[in-house]
Amino acid sequence: MTDTAPLKNPQFQAEAAARPPRSQWWDVWDQFKTHKGAIVGLTVFMLILVLILIGPFLWRVDPGFVELRMRNKGFSGAHPLGTDQLGRDMLARVMAGGKVSISVGLTAMSLSILLGTTIGVLAGYFRRLEGPLMRLTDLFLALPLLPLLLLMVTLFREPLSKSFGPESGIFLLIVCAIGATSWMQTARIVRGEVLALKEREFVLAARSIGTPSRRMITRHVLPNVLSPIMVSATLGIASAIITESALSFLGLGFPPDFPTWGRLLFDAIDQMQLYPWRVILPGVAISLTVLSVNYIGDGLRDALDPRIRGR
Amino acid sequence: MFSYTLRRLLIAVPTLLIISLVIFLLLEAAPGDPLGEVPLTVPPEVKEKMRAALGLDSAWYVRYGLWLKQFFWVEPMHLIDALFGTHMGDGMQRVISFQSRQPVMDIIAERIPQTLTVVGMAYLIGVSIALPIGIISAYRQYSWFDQLGTFVAMIGFSVPTFFTGVVLIIVFAVKLQWFPSVYDTTLQITDWASFKAQVRQMVMPVTVLALYNAAQISRFMRASMLDNLGQDYVRTARAKGLTEKVVVLVHVLRNSLIPVITVIALGVPQIFGGAIITEQVFKVNGLGQQLISSIHSNDMPMVMTLTFIFAILIVLFNLIADLLYGILDPRIRYD
Repeated sequence: MTDTAPLKNPQFQAEAAARPPRSQWWDVWDQFKTHKGAIVGLTVFMLILVLILIGPFLWRVDPGFVELRMRNKGFSGAHPLGTDQLGRDMLARVMAGGKVSISVGLTAMSLSILLGTTIGVLAGYFRRLEGPLMRLTDLFLALPLLPLLLLMVTLFREPLSKSFGPESGIFLLIVCAIGATSWMQTARIVRGEVLALKEREFVLAARSIGTPSRRMITRHVLPNVLSPIMVSATLGIASAIITESALSFLGLGFPPDFPTWGRLLFDAIDQMQLYPWRVILPGVAISLTVLSVNYIGDGLRDALDPRIRGR
Repeated sequence: MFSYTLRRLLIAVPTLLIISLVIFLLLEAAPGDPLGEVPLTVPPEVKEKMRAALGLDSAWYVRYGLWLKQFFWVEPMHLIDALFGTHMGDGMQRVISFQSRQPVMDIIAERIPQTLTVVGMAYLIGVSIALPIGIISAYRQYSWFDQLGTFVAMIGFSVPTFFTGVVLIIVFAVKLQWFPSVYDTTLQITDWASFKAQVRQMVMPVTVLALYNAAQISRFMRASMLDNLGQDYVRTARAKGLTEKVVVLVHVLRNSLIPVITVIALGVPQIFGGAIITEQVFKVNGLGQQLISSIHSNDMPMVMTLTFIFAILIVLFNLIADLLYGILDPRIRYD
């Protein structure tokens, strides 16, 4: 938040002009930089993103191109990471798989954060909604999530792939399923923060000048609960990626010819005794991504905690 | 305490009822048909009869009510009959699997030992590794041991269990051939040799699950120890001349264990869920594998019952964790 209020003192004004405008996010970034693991994590995650987004433009091989004469080849110049049981290029498949896995992770996380924040803010801000919404959260926390996810994905895959096409239908299904089963922690954290915020003087001041609830929430409450939301968003990406690949690994994720990291791993399991690399590559990709995202989350948590900042 | 327990138990009943309804409606809303695999040559009127035989012709609330009655009334009766040789449950219809036409509970009873030995052993080992690591990490905060512990824990919960499992299989079963890659559930322990075979086949699945659990619990243990190490009572204990061993292992450890024990209790139902994946990797035919194969074959009573059992475990262990907290920590009063 930059200073926009007119400053009367000319000396202070000059000082402020000499100093570049500095928002609290610069302080957060300074603190974030001191966390070694987080910086390494951020670098690795950026590298993975670059590889996935720009890689396909440099390595122009179709990940779905079947060349049966080139089956099960090892590392070579033509296929740097070898080929699979149908002769498809592994490098292209790992890149294409990463795009799907990470976009599932990001979309599912956004959905879960949206749900969690909405429910948390409503439950924290409106006393009348608190009881029912928190009972709902407790109920969701008591649900056996992995079995239910498996159920949802198996039962609804056919109708959804019929109405939205096989790929976008399953994408929608998996994203919604993961989002709908992972918002509870965020809702609880956000509600706690909102309850504490409501007792603060600036909220009282804003209310006393007649600010309507909608603007109270968007102007005063939401910006102040942004830190915990950001941390749980980061950790949410990691868990969404793991859940998606677990579903794919159990054979209940994306359709067979649609590469995701979990699917690549699952496809390679049958022949892992002969071609262990094909299992290890997507597995390492999942693990590295999740590890780097978790480290970023760890660093972010420290950086956003004002009690630690500046130490 | 007693009234709190009673109140929690009373809340658990509607919670479980709503969960069972949610699972049932989810299964009901799904378009999957348990007769989907019946050949098309079967005439429609025979198919109608088959549906009626499976009980699919009645409305959903009738079937839901029937399932509730079977699960909460008929099955316990049969359990009592089996235990004491009585005949209370005779003639009552039990929950029957569509797939195998066997009572669902019999199949579950067959599967439970495998899941319990692997999962239970893994959790015990995981906890017994995690506690010392957490204690030392906290006592020597920022030492090389702590740094290493943090790193390993981070890897432990970042690397998915299906990948650790597969890597272990490739290294120890395929390359080194130390352990079998497939879990043989028909193995009977009769002598020393078969006991050794059982231990060998359990090593890898147990390692995978134990590492995953140890990673999380060791972090909780460390955080809890760190909270307590800075407290005034620790300074008092040191000031009155207690040895460091007594201070750490008696005074601090006892207080630090309170939140950790509740975390351990809360983790129990989760590892049953996590075991679904590990069982699939090592082909252990436990509850998780049964669940997946029933989902694939649209075996609704089986899926319903298994998922509900997972839900019962969660609600039960949440209750246990809350009660343990009250029992272990005298500062907490539930009145």
